[in-house]
Amino acid sequence: MLEDYTMGYEFIEGNEAIARGAMQAKCDFFASYPITPASSILHYMNEFVPEAGGLVIQGEDEIASMGFCIGAAMAGRKVLTSTSGPGISLYSENIGLAIMGETPIVIVNVQRQGPATGSATKGAEGDIQFTRWVTSGGLPIIALSPATVGEAYELTYLAFNFAEQYRTPVFILTNKELGVTKESADLESIKLPPLVERKRVPSDLADYLPHFFECPEDVPAIADFGGGYVARYTTSTHDKAAYLTTNPNVIQEMIDHYIAKIEGAIDDITLVKKDFQPGAEILVISYGIISRSAAVAIREARSKGRKISSLVLQTLWPVPEKAIKSAMAGVKKVVVPEMNMGQYLVEIRRLAPPDVEVVGVSKMNTMLVSPQEILEQGGLL
Amino acid sequence: MNANQFATYMTDKIGPLPYCPGCGHATIIKALDKALVKLQPDPTKVVIVTDIGCIGLSDRYFITSAFHGLHGRSITYACGLKLARPDLTVITLMGDGACGIGGTHLLNVARRNIGITLIIANNFNYGMTGGQHSVTTPTDGITSTTPWGNPEAPMDLCGTAVAAGAAWVYRATTFDKNLPDVMADAISQDGFAMVEIWELCTAYYMPRNKLGKKELFDLLDSYGFKVGLQADRPRPEYSVRYRQAYEAGKSVLKKKPPIEKKFDNTVRKQTGIIIAGSAGQKIRSSATLFAEGAIFAGLNTTQKDDYPITVQTGHSVAEIIVSPETIEYTGIDSPDYFVLISEDGLKRTRAKIQKLPETCTLYADETLELPETKARVVRLPLEEVGKKVGKLSVATAALAALLEESGIFPAEAFNEAIRSFQSPKIAETNIKAVEAGIELVSKSSTVG
Repeated sequence: MLEDYTMGYEFIEGNEAIARGAMQAKCDFFASYPITPASSILHYMNEFVPEAGGLVIQGEDEIASMGFCIGAAMAGRKVLTSTSGPGISLYSENIGLAIMGETPIVIVNVQRQGPATGSATKGAEGDIQFTRWVTSGGLPIIALSPATVGEAYELTYLAFNFAEQYRTPVFILTNKELGVTKESADLESIKLPPLVERKRVPSDLADYLPHFFECPEDVPAIADFGGGYVARYTTSTHDKAAYLTTNPNVIQEMIDHYIAKIEGAIDDITLVKKDFQPGAEILVISYGIISRSAAVAIREARSKGRKISSLVLQTLWPVPEKAIKSAMAGVKKVVVPEMNMGQYLVEIRRLAPPDVEVVGVSKMNTMLVSPQEILEQGGLL
Repeated sequence: MNANQFATYMTDKIGPLPYCPGCGHATIIKALDKALVKLQPDPTKVVIVTDIGCIGLSDRYFITSAFHGLHGRSITYACGLKLARPDLTVITLMGDGACGIGGTHLLNVARRNIGITLIIANNFNYGMTGGQHSVTTPTDGITSTTPWGNPEAPMDLCGTAVAAGAAWVYRATTFDKNLPDVMADAISQDGFAMVEIWELCTAYYMPRNKLGKKELFDLLDSYGFKVGLQADRPRPEYSVRYRQAYEAGKSVLKKKPPIEKKFDNTVRKQTGIIIAGSAGQKIRSSATLFAEGAIFAGLNTTQKDDYPITVQTGHSVAEIIVSPETIEYTGIDSPDYFVLISEDGLKRTRAKIQKLPETCTLYADETLELPETKARVVRLPLEEVGKKVGKLSVATAALAALLEESGIFPAEAFNEAIRSFQSPKIAETNIKAVEAGIELVSKSSTVG
């Protein structure tokens, strides 16, 4: 068994970096259904997980794969699954279940051009809002978006920490352009924080309540199935004991809790990269692989004397509102390049002061948004 | 029974069972309780998994752990729990409705032999949603959605499970006195075990179809179905089989050696290289070794590929970027070098070739008919090379020619990657191809 899944300088694709990040986080259960461009994660996990004593299973479909993952996660495993947009559609109802049951699980969406089957082997980032509103009820989830192979590794590891700490599904939002593009990278040089394990109930508790909290933002301690307590889990509206309830007050209390535990932790969950220039009138807000096109465009514009600030979001959901608002202070224009028709643009427009112009550089034709397009359409020249 | 034993696995903490008078579900739940009393498992090591439907209301009446999931998906959660913790006793209770929406899970759990117990309460219709027809409603059966009689043929659940390879299958009715013993037998199986129980829905199916006890047995007879064991053919449980297969076939996971800078380069800016050829010409793997060679020469690099979903047919194109700086944008809008080794590659990239700038060098097989291009063209006799080093090494030779002609980094760095990441035998062939590629440059002809 490998102690460590890094090895100095190498040439690897984003999907492999995700698998390595998961292994570094001690992932020991993986289930998914093959789909381009996510399939190689299944292959890499098949190489790594059984060797480390865990189990990989290819479900008969995406619904089964998510079901296996939820069951395994509640029995104490650290669980990863991966798919692309069409698979997320099939995960949808079970994602609601994972939210309802407060299940730690990491879900990778290697996005591709949609809708429907779209272009299986081509990139796009059309699932940004879909990720936030993926299931009935509209409760919050966490979603992180890596820009490089190194970040794919790092953010996957952090996603496991967030999933365990907040008992929630955490998404890694990447796309074909990062997932199956190889890059020279040194994962060993990336310093990871200590591993976080879910808070488990002490062994001498008189009465275990699966969803016990005092303050709404508290994250309930878990007793894993088979872990010495009678454990309960339910898809139905329930009380802290996981017994079905129709009491509106109790139902509202639980809903408030699901929201508060994520939104109350927003400062811990917020991951952004700032590159501000004093006196900048233009701010570029970007995320994922397109933040790299933005970096080239910004460098070019700055070389011509323009003052431009950059905010790169690694956390997309919950929206890092404080960071976005403070970055927008003092600028006249915000440019948001995306590989979709302006999905995160909606959030930026919502947060922008009324006198700030917000411009999207949007396209979804399977191609990367290029630095030139950002320069021209964003008015950076 | 001694004092340490459980006299029941049920609790009355939340009141009596919620079923309609005479409903078979209550009989099934009580039989399961008796089966557990017979087996005396630790309640914290038992999980009762249910989903939506009247039978799914039952899990909370047990003192065991309970998992109540989405409609028709209880088998999947049960499998997840069992795969994660093979020591758990996992019992799934499902209705005939769930066998429709989640039928694929029934087929696949039977086939895989994951060691859960599946108890199906078959009352021929959906009770919870108002008596609609299900996959087991008899032909001509009256339900709220088949008011003129069901035109569909019912699914034989036991027969389906047997056909799917289930290790242990039993057909029962709620009128069978031995139901607790049958369930205890099912739970005691190591592999997958299924008990299908025919019963009466007193709210809907029974009154609408005048289906009583006698008619239930007549229905069984009319299908030629027998109550009793339908399959008993044990084989190793999935997790056991999984480990056995892994132990027998595993290869020891070895880390690749890290790539350290050993050579110099002459690259001063981000440089885009495209190689286009046919699937089966080792375009992608040659490009990867080339890129790894660039890393040995101290460069940053990226590679992305374009190829059809089929193998060994059509085009294969690889885009490589090398740069002394961090590579941000991974697209190649204006290539610096273009390597074209087959007609398939030309067909795929014709539009790009027509737009190549004057600053680009195009290395093309001498037999290809090129469209008009501003690029400087270097013609290579690749067919000759193919004869010499094998057609699987043509891409490697062409990339070596690019290195020799352009001098961006030494061919020795390419060889270093080949030696580091390929088996000795294949490496030997490819190093010969690199040599042949270097020689090609003196035989090449340049146009433009």
